[in-house]
Amino acid sequence: MSKLGSAIFSRLVIIIPYAWLLFFFLVPFLIVFRISLSTTAIAQPPYEPVFALADGLSGLWAKIGQFSFDNFVWLTEDALYLNAYLSSVWIAGVSTLATLLIGYPIAYGMAQAPRSLRPTLLMLVILPFWTSFLIRVYAWIAILKPEGLLNQFLIGTGIIDSPLIILGTNWAIYIGIVYSYLPFMVLPLYSALEKMDNTLIEAAQDLGCPQITAFWKITFPLSLPGVVAGCMLVFIPAVGEFVIPDLLGGSQTLMIGKTLWNEFNANRDWPVSAAVATILLLILVVPIVFFQNAQAKAEEQGR
Amino acid sequence: MNTWSRFNIVSVVLGFAFLYLPIVLLVIFSFNESKLVTVWAGFSTKWYVSLFNNRGLMDAAWVTIRVALLSATIATVLGTMAALALTRYTRFRGRLLFSGMVYAPLVMPEVITGLSLLLLFVAIGLDRGFVTVTLAHITFSMCFVTVVVQSRLLSFDRSIEEAAMDLGATPVRTFLEVTLPVIAPAVLSGWMLALTLSLDDLVIASFTSGPGATTLPMKIYSQVRLGVTPEINAACTILIGLVAIGVIIASIMTKRREVQRQRDEQAAIAGR
Repeated sequence: MSKLGSAIFSRLVIIIPYAWLLFFFLVPFLIVFRISLSTTAIAQPPYEPVFALADGLSGLWAKIGQFSFDNFVWLTEDALYLNAYLSSVWIAGVSTLATLLIGYPIAYGMAQAPRSLRPTLLMLVILPFWTSFLIRVYAWIAILKPEGLLNQFLIGTGIIDSPLIILGTNWAIYIGIVYSYLPFMVLPLYSALEKMDNTLIEAAQDLGCPQITAFWKITFPLSLPGVVAGCMLVFIPAVGEFVIPDLLGGSQTLMIGKTLWNEFNANRDWPVSAAVATILLLILVVPIVFFQNAQAKAEEQGR
Repeated sequence: MNTWSRFNIVSVVLGFAFLYLPIVLLVIFSFNESKLVTVWAGFSTKWYVSLFNNRGLMDAAWVTIRVALLSATIATVLGTMAALALTRYTRFRGRLLFSGMVYAPLVMPEVITGLSLLLLFVAIGLDRGFVTVTLAHITFSMCFVTVVVQSRLLSFDRSIEEAAMDLGATPVRTFLEVTLPVIAPAVLSGWMLALTLSLDDLVIASFTSGPGATTLPMKIYSQVRLGVTPEINAACTILIGLVAIGVIIASIMTKRREVQRQRDEQAAIAGR
């Protein structure tokens, strides 16, 4: 009896979330791919071919014959899309590096803090994450505007004479991404650094190793899993970021998330936006698999 | 050796200043008399009054709260199940695909998730609205719940579960009376995470929502595009205030439980 109950319980625990994710996560991707092979139509839904049960098997085959890679060919021919992909990857890469450079000293400082203070510091890093992402990006508009608070401050203190133009440039996007994603970088770095055995550093220093060399030879390599996890958590979503380039960037900023959004909402071209999404996914497959392997390894170690 | 060096203190303080300054400025300027968000013209609460008279924003807030409560609760149930499946059953067919589907949504750009879910809803003929937003939010937030609960399950001492089973408890009863109380804090923080993710989401909601189910972030976004107003600052301040109260209550509760646990331990030692 108990054995049977156990079997049913374990089956249900696996099957229910599995089925949910298959239906709401995997199947939608297949649909995206299928629509990316379609052509635009003035109809509801705005693409063709549309499958119907009435077609029968032969009708289905005839319709599959209408599929084409035209949208993908079109995307490679239009420089707009190519530039949008390249600049998204570039902006995300630069921002990830900047986030790492800013986040590492913070995480390191936290890991070195007195033990009693650490839970509070940890909470202070997580807290901004609980406030709305949109609000945090929005707050930067008032700061970075030409007549905004940063320029008021810099001009008031006499550091500069004329206002800096930041809002509407790529600089604003870098600041926005670094700011919004900083907790995602600090948390994995902190958990890697916090576990570190301080006696290793002491031993190195006792043996005459300078502090900086000890850092590069011991601390940094040991924190690499945290560095990888943090960089992936920032880079992958940043490539497809929409809100930050839309609110802080200018009209000439090209990022693929924004392009996809416009293609879908303004041009209402479903097949092309599906093709844009498919290529974005292909670009991100490598880092995502990398991230999953790192997650799985961490899971193994935790076991 | 183990002192907190000046460099460390400075980097932590600067880092926190960077994280908090924008939020503090936003809150301060919600009490500004002037309509300009960047020029201080004296203290006023008029933007809060006009906020509560703004029917559109209030309706959107109500939709957002209902979507968040419903989706976070279902996501917590599904996410906890997925965490159990991943930690307890190391070998079953398709486990690799399963763990892939759990971790991928954590980093998936929102535009892709939003677009793909919308196309699914169109394909199955489900009208966009309250239901579709809720389904979309369940899907992406359940994976975050899974990660939070999984990390607690990994440090779980399974022998107490085995003891319960040996004594004849059914798996369901063992889960409810032994496992769940132990992992409850992680389940609760997973629920809170799912709740904030749902309250916060703009992109996925914009794709999957329909007429009559405009959420607060969508409303705020459309107003921000028209221009920054102190009314939005006021709305944001209220949201930040609610989050702050929630976090303070949660930390007081944890503290109290900690004190209680220590007292129990001392009593147990004294009684021995």
